[in-house]
This record gives sequence, C-alpha cells and structure tokens, in this order.
Amino acid sequence: MNHWIVVPTVLPAMTAALLLILALPHHLKHQRVVSIGATVLMLALAIGLLMLAGDGAPRAYFLGNWPAPFGIVLVLDRLSAIMLLLTAALALAVVIYASTGWDTRGRHFHALMQFQLLGVNGAFLTGDLFNLFVFFEVMLIASYGLMLHGGGAVRLKAGFHYVAINLIASTLFLFGVGLIYAITGTLNMADLAGKVAAVSADDQALLKTGAMLLFVVFATKAALVPLHWWLPSAYAATSAPAAAMFMIMTKVGAYAIIRVYGLIFGADAGPLGALVAPIVIPAALVTLVVGAVGVLASRSLSDLVCFSVIASMGNLLIAVGLFDGVGTTAALYYIIHSTLTGAALFLLVDLISQRRGKLMDRLEPAPAIANETILGALFFLGAIAMVGMPPLSGFIGKLLILEATREAPQAPLIWAIVLGSSLLMMIGFARAGSVVFWNNPKPASDLGEAGVAPSRDGLSASALVPIVVVGLLLGATAALSFGAGPLTSGFQATSAQLLDKAGYIRAVLAPAAGVAMGEN
Amino acid sequence: MELLVSSATGVMTAVGIYLLLSARTFPVILGLTFLSYAVNVFLFSMGRLTINQPPIIGATTAGYSDPLPQALVLTAIVISFGMTALIVVLALRGFLEAGTDEVDLAIPREGGPADAGTKGDMARPQP
Repeated sequence: MNHWIVVPTVLPAMTAALLLILALPHHLKHQRVVSIGATVLMLALAIGLLMLAGDGAPRAYFLGNWPAPFGIVLVLDRLSAIMLLLTAALALAVVIYASTGWDTRGRHFHALMQFQLLGVNGAFLTGDLFNLFVFFEVMLIASYGLMLHGGGAVRLKAGFHYVAINLIASTLFLFGVGLIYAITGTLNMADLAGKVAAVSADDQALLKTGAMLLFVVFATKAALVPLHWWLPSAYAATSAPAAAMFMIMTKVGAYAIIRVYGLIFGADAGPLGALVAPIVIPAALVTLVVGAVGVLASRSLSDLVCFSVIASMGNLLIAVGLFDGVGTTAALYYIIHSTLTGAALFLLVDLISQRRGKLMDRLEPAPAIANETILGALFFLGAIAMVGMPPLSGFIGKLLILEATREAPQAPLIWAIVLGSSLLMMIGFARAGSVVFWNNPKPASDLGEAGVAPSRDGLSASALVPIVVVGLLLGATAALSFGAGPLTSGFQATSAQLLDKAGYIRAVLAPAAGVAMGEN
Repeated sequence: MELLVSSATGVMTAVGIYLLLSARTFPVILGLTFLSYAVNVFLFSMGRLTINQPPIIGATTAGYSDPLPQALVLTAIVISFGMTALIVVLALRGFLEAGTDEVDLAIPREGGPADAGTKGDMARPQP
C-alpha cells in the first residue's frame, strides 16, 4: 500500500486545524503563509500522485488495512489524479487571490478553504458510495461557510436557498444509497460493479430507483437542467474567490456521474446497464441552450459568468453522456478548460466590479475604469476561452466534443445546438465587453456622488497580484490549448483505464482477498 | 412492524416535502428535519427489520441484525443534526437582516437607494 494516497485528505485536514488555532485577526499574515504553503504542498503532492498513477495501474488504499469491501477504501487512478491536480492548482490560485484582501472580510476563510479541499479531494479518491456521501457533505459544509463569507442580506438569502437545496439533495443521496445497499448488500464501487448485473429480476426496479435517485443528486451538483436554478443566484451572490473555488464542485457532480454510471451502471451491467445514458445528452443539450440564452439575457457581469458556467456544464455533460472512450477524453479536456476559465472569469469580474464603484458589475455605461487596458485584454481572452473561439482551449474542447459526437444518432441536433449556443454566447460576451469597456461617458457629477471616483493610477504592487493570478489562470487555458496533443493522448489513456473495469475491480478486491488469506 | 415502519417513513417524507414547498423559512426547516427523520428510519429498515438479534455473527447465534445500516444512520444523524443547526442560524440571521422570513425574497439586484447599503457591504474594500 502506498501511503501517499491518503495524504490529499490528511494534509488539508491538518492545515485547517492549524488555521483554526491561528484564527485571531492579528494572525492573518501567518494564516496566509500556512494556507498558501499547504496548498503549494498539495499541488506538489498532486503532481507526484499523477506521476504515480501514470503507469496505468489503479491503486487501492485500505484504511486501517481492513480488506475491501468491508473496510473503507480509497482508489487512485488516472482520473482521480488528474482531478486532484486540477483542484490543487485552482485552490492555489484562489488562495493567493483571496490573500490580497477578501480574507479580511471574515474570520475563517483559509480554514474553510482547506476543509473544502479535504472534501473535494476525498470525493475524487473514495472507492465507495457512502464515503462519497460523507465527502460530499464535508465539501458542502465548507462551501456553506465560504458561500456566506463576507455576509450581507443578499448573500444570506441566497445562502439559505443554497443550503436548503443541498440538504434536500443529501437526503435523496441517503435514500439512494440505502436502496442500493438493501438490494446488493454492499456500497463498495468495485464490489457493486460486479454485483449489479447479477441482481434478480424482482429487485431490479428498486435498484433502479436507487440509482436514479443518485443521478438526481449528481445532476443537481452538476447543474443539469432542470436542476440548475440554484447555481446563478448562489454563485452570483457569493464572494469571488468562493465562486471561483465552487467551479470545481460542479465538476465533482460530473465526476460522480462518470464514475458511478460508467463503472457501476455501465453499458455491460445487464438489464440495468446504460441507465442514465438516454437522459444525459438531451438534458445536457437543454442545459446548453438555457445557459446560452441566460448569457444573452444577463444584466450583470456575474450573471453572465454564471450562465456561461451552466452552458459549459451543458457542453461537458454532452461529452460525458456518450460514456465511451472518445466522449470521456473530450469530457476530461473540457473539465479542465471550463474549471480554469470559469474561475478566471469570476475573479476578473470581481476585479472589474470593485473598480466601478456603486455600479458594481451591472452592464450599464460608466466612466472608464482604472487599469482598463489590462483588464479589458484579460476579459477579451476570458471571453474567447469561454465562448470557444480559437486559439484558446475552449475551441479545442468544443472541437473534441463535436468530433466525439459525430457517430451519435442525434449528431446533427447536437452540432446545431453546440454551434448555435456558441454564437449566442459570443454575442452576449461581446455586448457585455462593449458596454463595460467601450461605452464610457465622461464622468458626470451625478455618477460620481456615492461611487468611488475611478482612479487612473498605474498598477500598485497590491493591485498587481490579483491581476497576475487571473492572467495565470487564463495562461493555463492557453497552455492547455498549445499542449492539446500530448494532453489528449494522456486523457485517452485515462478513458481507456476507465473502460477497463476489470482492472479497477481487481485493484480493489484482489489484494484484499490476498490479505485476508495471508492473515487467517 | 413492517406496516408501521413503512407507513411512518412514507408519512414523514410526505410531510417533509409538503413543508419544504412552503414560502417561509421556518416550515422549510421543519420539512428538512422531517425528511432527515424519514431517511434515518428508512436506512434502518434497509438492514432488514429484526429485533432481539446480535449485530455480530457468532457460532451460536441463530440470526443477526445488520450493523452497517446502524453505522450509516449514526453518520447521517450527526450530519443532519449539524446541518439543521446551521440552517436555523442562517434563517435567523436572514430574518434579522432582511426583516422577513420569506424564502423567496425578491433580491434587489438592480441597485436603488434602498439596497445601496447591502450592495455596499458586498463590495470589497479597495486594496
């Protein structure tokens, strides 16, 4: 057993505990150092785990050395390792961004951030459904705190909705897990993958109900239509660093769909095989349309980004819904692209809105903002990436999705909607950018009364750091685009590993059998 | 016993869902609580309904009661208890800040003089 596999959950937990001790305001500098340092370590660890997983063998970690399926098991394969690396990179960007000012608006930003990392990392690593529930909860509980960070009536109301929706989803998760356990007697994913096909005809309906309840939960997390309405109000109301970090949470939903409905209820799972495949693609297409129309109808920049995130989830779930090698390859590329781009845009909107005084991020003409050139250029790049125009990664991601769906029966419909929604989003982003950056009336006396007069100063050092963070996130999407060749071959290996269910099951169950025999 | 447990689960779920659909925060919280009670009872019955049986299989025991759902229920109770506490505090803060406990508060997104204060709270101080 390789003990490094458990460290992505232990490290954030320990860091968060340490940060709670450092909670007093005069310790803020120490908090920042500890938080950034731990996230850098996490990034290094994720790179190490990715290299470890690169040999193609899934590795199981048995907590307390209890053999699977009786004990708790963590599984590291290529998919988990890629998701861990993405999470760590995003977290580092968000923590550095928050350290330039957002973390002074509440006590425990950094601790909550580490707890969130604990939950997300755990959800990516876990090998059984109940611990998926537990890590979902850890992730959500931290996200409730992050969501409310900074306070304010609007945020509290949106926060209540967010918490209530997620509590209902958690309850449904438990119902689903309970049903699956009642029928199969196990919650270990590898064990389930073997047992689902052999379920007797009487029990199939109940098991199917359980599986579909779980799908409702994952679809809620992934903001799949019609379960997407929580996302715009929650993400637009929360603080920018929290919204940027939440970009990974929608991806946890997509990851869970790939894992559970690829591995357990996959195409070869007998009568329960390909359970959700007929639903995912139509729902994803509607999601894409809703997102694109929302982008067009947005009246503020944060709404614009929220709906473009919904549209990107639509694109992503089209690829996920294929449940085959090319589809999963495209989905993996798109997951990384949309996480980085969405996070960059949320942070950028924050930078823009704090320079517009009382007007915030509303799409109305206002005097030119400070640092207009650099922010305008970044917005242009972010919009290109999000809409999916060359040369940034959105274009290649979309290309991969179109290529993957070429053989699908609904291909003409999918192509029409994907390309049409790109056009709508391009119009939406172009309009928003024009209003914010080009429609600048001369400052009139009535505009400046309560708002902060835009200072035309150059960039101070403290203003430079957040801009550099956004620039790096967008630079990463450019790197994703230029490195698309080698990356896609890596993702192909990943999706091949996902399709090799026997390898996964062997990695989890076979060593356990060996241990049990060796000790008895 | 089967009838009692299953009807209790069903009634609690129905009550929970009904209350969840109401437009005030307090009934919504009660609804969530009912739903979590329902799921706890439901999880218990997933290990099959048995009484007076040990949770460990031994050489002399005739049957056993499945211990795993009990562990699951314990975890679920802890999580739902904590979450209920959180959402109560959240609803209370929302009530105190907004002066109403309606769930669907029309959030004043178009800034007017009335919401300038709350909007201003959300603005980050200039670095």
